[in-house]
Amino acid sequence: MGSPPLFYRWSSKALVWLGVSSIITLSLGLFMGIGLSPADYKQGDVYRIIYIHVPSAIMGESIFIFMALCGFINIIWRAKISGMLLKAAAPIGMSFVLLVLTTGSIWGKPTWGTWWVWDARLTSTLILFFIYAALIGLHSTIEDKIKADRAVSILAIVGVAIIPVIKKSVDWWQTLHQPSTFKLTSAPSMSPEMYQPLLICVIGFYLVFAFILTLNLRNEILERESSKKWVKEVIGNQS
Amino acid sequence: MNPIRKQRLFALIAILIGSLLATWLITSALSENMNLFYSPTEIKVANLDDEMLVRAGGMVKEGSIIRDTGSLNVTFTVTDYQNELIIKYEGILPDLFDENAGVVVRGNLNTDGTFTAIEVLAKHDENYMPPEVAEMLIEEK
Repeated sequence: MGSPPLFYRWSSKALVWLGVSSIITLSLGLFMGIGLSPADYKQGDVYRIIYIHVPSAIMGESIFIFMALCGFINIIWRAKISGMLLKAAAPIGMSFVLLVLTTGSIWGKPTWGTWWVWDARLTSTLILFFIYAALIGLHSTIEDKIKADRAVSILAIVGVAIIPVIKKSVDWWQTLHQPSTFKLTSAPSMSPEMYQPLLICVIGFYLVFAFILTLNLRNEILERESSKKWVKEVIGNQS
Repeated sequence: MNPIRKQRLFALIAILIGSLLATWLITSALSENMNLFYSPTEIKVANLDDEMLVRAGGMVKEGSIIRDTGSLNVTFTVTDYQNELIIKYEGILPDLFDENAGVVVRGNLNTDGTFTAIEVLAKHDENYMPPEVAEMLIEEK
């Protein structure tokens, strides 16, 4: 992956596979979750928003961890690709956090009776959204891309401390949000025909992330290498 | 690993630890205030002013919901299995409001020890199951 032109060529094939597999996985998961799985004994059909809410929450948090890792590599080894990956991942992560906040609100109104409440889980997730916004903003204010990458790398490493707070907020404090259904130590407190589609949706969301990340990365490479000969050749071939 | 990279690694680890430590200090300083609501026991010992707006939460006690037939007035008891708090509310309750279900209310404590709520939110748990499974669980009990 060291050479941008090589990556550019290789990734166009990967894009097809990622695109196809994410569409298949996600539609299978959503179809099973929304169409086939049974209604909840208490919430009825409303709970089905979980098939979007939970995977986007997982993505919003794991993309930030991914970005912090990219930041680490970028600062220590100064690998250009890590900076580009970090920049390419940020808007995707932010979109997933926006999605989790929106679906949470839509779910909260009919079940809890409110769109929003300032409890620890909701507030810490909102802070994550602002950190994403700060990160994207910071990158765009620094003209030199390499310097911008380094600045956001540090911000990503500092910001990653919010992730354990979000994860544990429902255990540390009294919140309106319920504790996690999926735990590392015990079986999920959800019946199998409900959590199996959810797991498929999570895999689907990861594939969607990989797909959009590759697209963003390709654009980022073209932009940064725009003065190079190979870019002119690629663009020339397409037009 | 060459010395410069090693130095950068140490600097980054220091930043990460510093940031985690700062977050930990902030959250532990906020600790009590981060709770969304007080339990009936905490309300009892807190010596609240009757004008203070607070949130109380707990489980709705079985058989404690009394609905007024002519109006939207409702009275119910919230318990944390140690202490109880009688809640008075006028308004529409959320769909998931039920006996033996979690609830968070916002309002103020009256001088007679009851609580007048201006907002009632239903808390739901992390368990999801089809209605048939829920029925089976009830029968087993």
